[in-house]
This record gives sequence, C-alpha cells and structure tokens, in this order.
Amino acid sequence: MTDRLNLYRFASPATFYPLAGAMIPYFVAVSVVFGIAGLWLGMLVAPTDFQQGEGYRIIFIHVPASWMSMFIYLIMAFWAAIGLAFNTRLSGMMAQALAPTGALMAFLSLWTGALWGKPMWGTWWVWDARLTSELILLFLYIGYMALTAAIDDARRADKAGGLLLLVGVVNIPIIYFSVQWWNTLHQGSSVNLAKSSMATTMLWGMLLMAMCFWMYSIAMALMRVRTIMLERERHTDWVKAELAHIVAGDEK
Amino acid sequence: MLKIITAVISRDLKLAMRRQADIVSALFFFIIVVSLFPLGIGPEPDLLRKLAPGVLWVAALLATMLSLPRLFADDHRDGTLEQLAIAPHPLGLVVTGKVIAHWLVSGLPLALIAPVLGVQFDLSAEALVAITLSILIGTPALSGIGAIGAALTLGLRGGGVLISLLVLPLYIPVLIFGAGAVDATVTGLGGEGHLSLLAALTFASIGFAPWAAAAALKIALE
Repeated sequence: MTDRLNLYRFASPATFYPLAGAMIPYFVAVSVVFGIAGLWLGMLVAPTDFQQGEGYRIIFIHVPASWMSMFIYLIMAFWAAIGLAFNTRLSGMMAQALAPTGALMAFLSLWTGALWGKPMWGTWWVWDARLTSELILLFLYIGYMALTAAIDDARRADKAGGLLLLVGVVNIPIIYFSVQWWNTLHQGSSVNLAKSSMATTMLWGMLLMAMCFWMYSIAMALMRVRTIMLERERHTDWVKAELAHIVAGDEK
Repeated sequence: MLKIITAVISRDLKLAMRRQADIVSALFFFIIVVSLFPLGIGPEPDLLRKLAPGVLWVAALLATMLSLPRLFADDHRDGTLEQLAIAPHPLGLVVTGKVIAHWLVSGLPLALIAPVLGVQFDLSAEALVAITLSILIGTPALSGIGAIGAALTLGLRGGGVLISLLVLPLYIPVLIFGAGAVDATVTGLGGEGHLSLLAALTFASIGFAPWAAAAALKIALE
C-alpha cells in the first residue's frame, strides 16, 4: 500500500520536480558512458562493410535516431492517453517536454539518412516508403508543437495536443502502409535478434548507441519538464521557494 | 439518431445556401489551382495526362481545407455550438451531420467539376470516370478528418495555417489511394482495389472522426 502511495505522490509537480532534478545527472552520465562505448565499438572496432565501405558507419547514429523518433511518439501518445483518461497535470507536461526531442530525432534520422544515401544510392533523397513515412512523422511532431504553442491556456493545450497525438497514433499504421504500397526502395531491416545479417560488433555498437540516445532523450525530457513545471506553477509557493533558493545560490 | 443527423444537415445546408458565395469561391479556388499547373509546367499533353490525377487531388485537398475553418467557427461565434454541446443528444451525432453537410457543400461540387478539368488535361474517358469516382468517394474522408483539425483549432489565432499543419499529414493516405486509383485505371491494372480502400477510409472517417472532433470541441468549449 505504501508503495502505491509513493508512486502516486510523484504525479504532483511539487514532488516530481526535485525527483527529476536528482535523476538527470545519472541519465546524463549513463548516456555519456553508453555513447563513448557505442562510438568506440562502432567507429574503431566494427569491421568495414564489404559492400558499403566505411560509409555504413553512419547507421550508428541513423538507426538509433529513427528508433527513438518512432518510440518517442508512442510514449507521447501514452502520456496523452493517461492525461485524457485520468486528468493528470504531469502527463501533458511530459508529452510537451518530449516533443522537441522527438522532432530532433526524426530530423537527425532524415539528415543522416541523406548523408548515407548520397554515397550508397547516389542521391540525397528518394521518395521511398520509409523515408516518406519518417518525413510525415516529422510533420506530425511539428503539427503537435504548433498546436500546443498556439493555445495560451496550458490545460487546454495539453488536452487538445493529447487528442491530436491519439488521432496521429491511430493514423500512423494507415499512413505507413499506404506509403509502403505506394513505393519501396529502402533496404529491409538488418536487425533480427535470431538471425542478424550484421556482424555482432556492429549490432552491439548499434544497441549501445540506442541506449545512449534513449538515456539522452530521458535526460532532456526531464530537464524540459522541469522548466515547464516552473513556468506553469509559478504562482504556487513551492516554485517561489525554489526560485528564491536558486537566486540565493547565484548570489553566493 | 437519424433525425438529429438529418436536422443538422438540413440546417447547415440552409445556412450554406444563404451564403452561396462561400461555396462558389472554394470551387473556383479548385479550378484556378488546377489551371495554374499547365501554365507552370508547359502544355505537353503527355506530361499533363501523367500529372492530372495528382494535381486534381492536391487541389481538392487544398480546396477542402480552405472551407474547414468555417465548419464550427460561425456556430462558435454566435453561441449555437455551446447550445448544441449541452443539448441532450450526443455531440458526435451533431458533428456527423455537420461533416456530411460540409461534404455536400464542398466535396460534391469538386467531384462534379472534376471531369471538366480532366478534359483540360487530356484524360481518356475511363480515366475521367476514375477521377470523378475517386474524388466522389474520397472527399467525405477529407471532411471527416478535417473536422478534427477544425475542432482542435477552434478560436485560436492563426487557426487557418495551423489547421493545414495538423490535417494535411493525415490526408496523405486519401491522396495516395485517390490518385492511385486513376493511375491504376490508366495503366490497365484496374482501380477497384484503390477505390475500395478509399471507401474504407471514408467509412472509417465518417464513423469515428466526428466523435474525436466532438471530444476536441468539448475541450475547446471548456
């Protein structure tokens, strides 16, 4: 019983704010460790690909970024559903805090994909199913951010944005399959836990980088959610105390 | 249930008939956008025939979107929308009626004028039938999905631009299957598959989208 109570306690911004602040350094540290290990494995240890040469090494950024861009949208939709169902304040803040990181990942995925496509396919961009769906995902992120930014009332922004996220999640499979039937050129997924077509070191490098991106996204989302909390709860006593504390720390 | 829907449809149609300029201007927007493409890309009939389905469909998306902000804005301004929201029958049914009325006013005219524009693009007879059918079957989905965007942006500054950011990515499947139906007909593959998928999208959007739009309206009216 006390366990449950403890978890619910952190649904309040006043208690989650210090918890998030305490967790951020750990996530940053773990992200840096995974990043160094992943880059070392990917750039120095992994063998050169016999078909694609050294250029393939961009997948150590490209694939984790693509995974994160899709995963973050699902997480945002999860928070949106929680927020709409239980009317919690923190859920909408989490969704909004995740959005810029998700958009960044989608953009990184497209950008590194273009850098990879130039030497491999001979072109920066093709209208292929996966590229196009990733581009549409970026549009969905931008639409969400534009909508929440346009609404002044924070609670309405959370709810309207949440509804848009849920509509988007329902549409993502439809968009994905319609685009897939429309055109396909992208190479199939090379990651398959049972029988991978990649060298083991490559796979490990990619998984380490994925962990690094994961931890980075969590750290960034927590940092952003802390700022959102301060902004939205600025009329409350705990924020005033917190700000007084920060100002006093600066003066020292 | 049907009574509510038909009542809302006849009311919205009556209102639309009193402001016919709105209907006509959206229709002419469609005609003008379509006519701009040959001027931009040159008059070669082969090229135009290839581009026609995509051009007509993109213009149809834009023309539908142009009339979306008005779907709820007028009722919101004079307070009717709040009365509808507190009425005993579900708001989703009211929105269903409004979506159907919106299609009758904005989607149906596009389908009727499409064959004429298709002739300008030198389309064959069977391609003309396919483009008309695909616009006829596909535009209700545009009205349905668009209602969600219109409800979410209700009363916001810059609502018109915002609505396009929200709604256009969701329109992509309709565009793909709509233009694909014509392409498949022209290449001899037969457009029935595409048209069936388009009909599925339409039924799904008319069935589900009004309820999502109703939820969005309740958020906006809080």
